[in-house]
Amino acid sequence: MRFGVVIFPASNCDRDCVHVLHTVLGQEVEEIWHEERSLDGLDAVVLPGGFAYGDYLRAGAVAARAPVMTAVRAFAQVGGPVLGICNGFQILLEAGLLPGAMLRNAVLRFRCTTVHVRVESTQTPFTRTLREGQVLQMPIAHGEGNYFAPGSLLSTIEEAGQVVFRYCDADGRVTSDANPNGSVRNVAGVCNPAGNVVGLMPHPERASEEVLGSRDGRLLFESAITTVIARREAPKQSHLYEIATGLRPSQQGRSPRPFGARDD
Amino acid sequence: MTTIRIVVTLKPGVLDAQGQAVQQGLRALGYESVSGVRVGKWIELAVPDEMTPDTIDAMCERFLANPLIEEWRVERDEDGGERARSRATPRAGEAGVGVLALPRSREVG
Repeated sequence: MRFGVVIFPASNCDRDCVHVLHTVLGQEVEEIWHEERSLDGLDAVVLPGGFAYGDYLRAGAVAARAPVMTAVRAFAQVGGPVLGICNGFQILLEAGLLPGAMLRNAVLRFRCTTVHVRVESTQTPFTRTLREGQVLQMPIAHGEGNYFAPGSLLSTIEEAGQVVFRYCDADGRVTSDANPNGSVRNVAGVCNPAGNVVGLMPHPERASEEVLGSRDGRLLFESAITTVIARREAPKQSHLYEIATGLRPSQQGRSPRPFGARDD
Repeated sequence: MTTIRIVVTLKPGVLDAQGQAVQQGLRALGYESVSGVRVGKWIELAVPDEMTPDTIDAMCERFLANPLIEEWRVERDEDGGERARSRATPRAGEAGVGVLALPRSREVG
């Protein structure tokens, strides 16, 4: 499949993403400059980490208004999978494609360390082949990763199943000690209501090879690949239908359930 | 053209880690009685005289501030006088919305 990796001035994890997607996972990758206005031909888009536009004004604020974001918004609206990593997550928040905002870390320090996160939702292309409650080990490196949403918005997100990852300990317990930055309710990643746009502060691309200490991050990209291919092949192969649509093969013919839809 | 100043601050109750760090710095210098330090930002713009307050507020809401976590107030010079519009919540002990104005730097000690 074909991934796009968006590059803003002062993105600095774009090469890592290209490396993992192309060299490690053997996928086609297109580098998308921030002035691009089209994402034609792409199956998924990654907004990498960094300090886009110097993080002037607020982290991600200027990047969120870049020309390419109009195309990302259109791509997301038709269900295209979009993953924002670290600064990419901040950009998606500032663009209004994801709910909430980032504050400076409550610990008053830039945090550069390894964390564990628990998978809270498998209703996104990036977590569809994972297991709810699965614990992943990935690094973080940020000064503004303190996820915040005012009370009513937070309730809405929680109830809609839009929390995708929470910081936890190695055994999957969500504790305040396991929270590296003060994020409300240990939120490490969220998705949009449809589930196709996901943002997280940890860096899956820095945890995709054994030599880097963890391969857990690779699971997110592999999930997206499986989901996109399953969706493409679904009409032909019924065993892929459920992965692609969230419906059992016996329900084939009903409208595909959008990502993020919940069981009654 | 008119020069306006937009003062953006975190909403009351939103954790201001930067303010806390600055407060710790002040205390380390011996100013131990200082508390309640909040850090914001100050944005100066030259705008056409006829630009409406609603347009200025729209710029703040859409870009210059993040309404989920921040509030702002707009100050402008008119005929040498100081006037201010505010989206900031008035705090106890302060005058009401509309008359808040920061001292200009040359008037400060």
